[in-house]
Amino acid sequence: MLQFSRSTINRGIKPVVFVLSLVPLSLLLYAAVTDGLGANPVEVLTHQTGLWGLYFLLITLSITPLKKFTGMIWPVSLRRMLGLYAFFYACLHLTVYFWLDQSFVLQDIVEDIIKRPYITLGLTAWLLLVPLALTSNQFSMRLLKKNWKRLHRLVYIAALLVVVHFIWLVKADYAEPLMYLGMLLLLLLLRTRIFKWSS
Amino acid sequence: MLIKKPADIKPSEITDYADFKQRRHFIKQAALLGIGAGLGSLPLQSGAKNTDTLGRPIEPLLKTPYGKGLKLTSYDDITSYNNFYEFGTGKSDPAELAHKLNTRPWNIVVEGECEAPGEIGIEEILSGFVQEERIYRLRCVEAWAMVVPWVGFSLGDLLKRFKPTSRAKYVMFETLFDPDQMPGQSRKTLDWPYTEGLRMDEAMHPLTLLSTGLYGKELPNQNGAPVRLVVPWKYGFKSIKSIVKIRFSETMPKTTWWQMQPKEYGFYANVNPQVDHPRWSQKKHRNIGEGIFAGKHETLMFNGYADEVASLYKGMDLSRFF
Repeated sequence: MLQFSRSTINRGIKPVVFVLSLVPLSLLLYAAVTDGLGANPVEVLTHQTGLWGLYFLLITLSITPLKKFTGMIWPVSLRRMLGLYAFFYACLHLTVYFWLDQSFVLQDIVEDIIKRPYITLGLTAWLLLVPLALTSNQFSMRLLKKNWKRLHRLVYIAALLVVVHFIWLVKADYAEPLMYLGMLLLLLLLRTRIFKWSS
Repeated sequence: MLIKKPADIKPSEITDYADFKQRRHFIKQAALLGIGAGLGSLPLQSGAKNTDTLGRPIEPLLKTPYGKGLKLTSYDDITSYNNFYEFGTGKSDPAELAHKLNTRPWNIVVEGECEAPGEIGIEEILSGFVQEERIYRLRCVEAWAMVVPWVGFSLGDLLKRFKPTSRAKYVMFETLFDPDQMPGQSRKTLDWPYTEGLRMDEAMHPLTLLSTGLYGKELPNQNGAPVRLVVPWKYGFKSIKSIVKIRFSETMPKTTWWQMQPKEYGFYANVNPQVDHPRWSQKKHRNIGEGIFAGKHETLMFNGYADEVASLYKGMDLSRFF
C-alpha cells in the first residue's frame, strides 16, 4: 500500500497533478493555433472538452472506491482538484458550444436547449455541477456540515446525465458512450455496501 | 453552351509536405507524452492523412458551368473528413483505412425491372461516358457542408443503357460488402451492405451524378472509389459510395439509415431547413475549411438547387415525406 507524507502530497503530487491536468487543454490550444485540428476544428474542440470533462468526472468518482479497496488515503487529497478540473473542462465545453458552435445567437441557443433533449441534459448536468464547484471550499464544508456531503452526492446524477447526453447524440456507434456508462455504473456500484470493505 | 473553367485549387489550400510531416511529428510527440489513455483520443492532426495526391488524372475532362463562383473546399479536407462507416465511424477512419480497398477490377451488376440487365466494369464507365467536372455543394445530415469539384456524368446516361421498363419506379444501390477490405463492416454499426435508393425521376434528373473522381483525379478510396452517387440536393448519406449493384424496382427500396431510424432519416432526405432532424436543427450548417471563428451559414431549400428540382416534389408534404 502506497502512502505519502503530507508534505510530499502538498509539495510534490498536487502540483504535478495540477499541471498534468492542463496538458489536454494545452495540446488542444497548440493544435488550434497551428491549424492542427483537422477539417472541422470546432467539432474536435467540442468533443474533446466534453470528453475530458467526463474523464475527470470518472477519475474523481474512482477515488472513493480506490480508498475503499486499497486503503490508500492520499488520493483523497486530490479529489477536490480533480473534481474542479471536471467542472473546468465542462465550462470550456459549454463555452465552445455557446461561442464557436452557436456564435452566441441567443434564439438558436434557446431553441436548441428546449428542443434537443441531449443539449437539455448536458446543460442540466453542468448546472448540477455549479453548486458543487461553488461549495468546494473549507468554508462551505464547515457551513453546510452534514448537508455538504448530501449536496455533493449530486455528482452521481450529474455524471449519469453526462453519459446519457453522450449516448443521445450518437448516430449509430454506441460502443464508446456505453463503455463510459459501464465504467460509471461500476464506480457507483463499488461504493455501495454490496462490496465490502477490505483489509 | 458556355463552358467555363472553375477556380483552380489555390496553392495556399494545399498542405505542403513539410507541414504535413511536421504535424505528424507533433502527433507522435503528443503520443509519446502518453499521459492517460485518453490523450490518444485527441485527434490532433491536419487532415492530410492521404498520400493519394498523386491519384490518376481523369482525361479528357469536360469543364462545365455547374457551381461557378462557389469557393471550393480544399482537397485535403474533402479527403480527410469523411463519413464512410464501412471503414469506421470516426471522421478520419476512412482516410486511414481505405487503402485496404481494392478498386480494380470492379463491376457494377445492374438488375431488376429492365430489358437489358447485365454488368458494367469500371474501365468501361471511365471510357464509355464523357467525364464532366461539376462543382456541387454537399450538405451532410450532421449540419456541415463542403463544396466539391466532382468528376462524373449524369446517372441517367448509364441507367438508360440497361433499358428500364415502365415498372421501374425506383432505383436501388448497394455498396460492396467485404469486411476484409472494409474493416468497419466487421462490426454491425449499420445493417450491411449499405443500401440507398432514388425515385426513378430523381435518378434520371440531369443533376444526379455518377461520380468517378474529384479535383480532376480518380476518386480516393475514402471518398467512395471507384464509383459513387452524388445527389446534391439531398443529405450526403443518400450519395452512396463504392457501388457494386444497381437494381430497378417497382417498390420503394429499404434504405439503410431509414431502416435503422425511420423517424430520423427519411427515404427522400431532401435538404430542408424547415424540417429538423429530431435531435438537431437543420436550419444552419458549418462550412468545412472556414476555420474556428467562421460561424454557421443558413441552409438553403434543396441545398440551393430548388430551381432545378423543386418541381419533382410538387404537391408533396415535405414534412411528412422528409
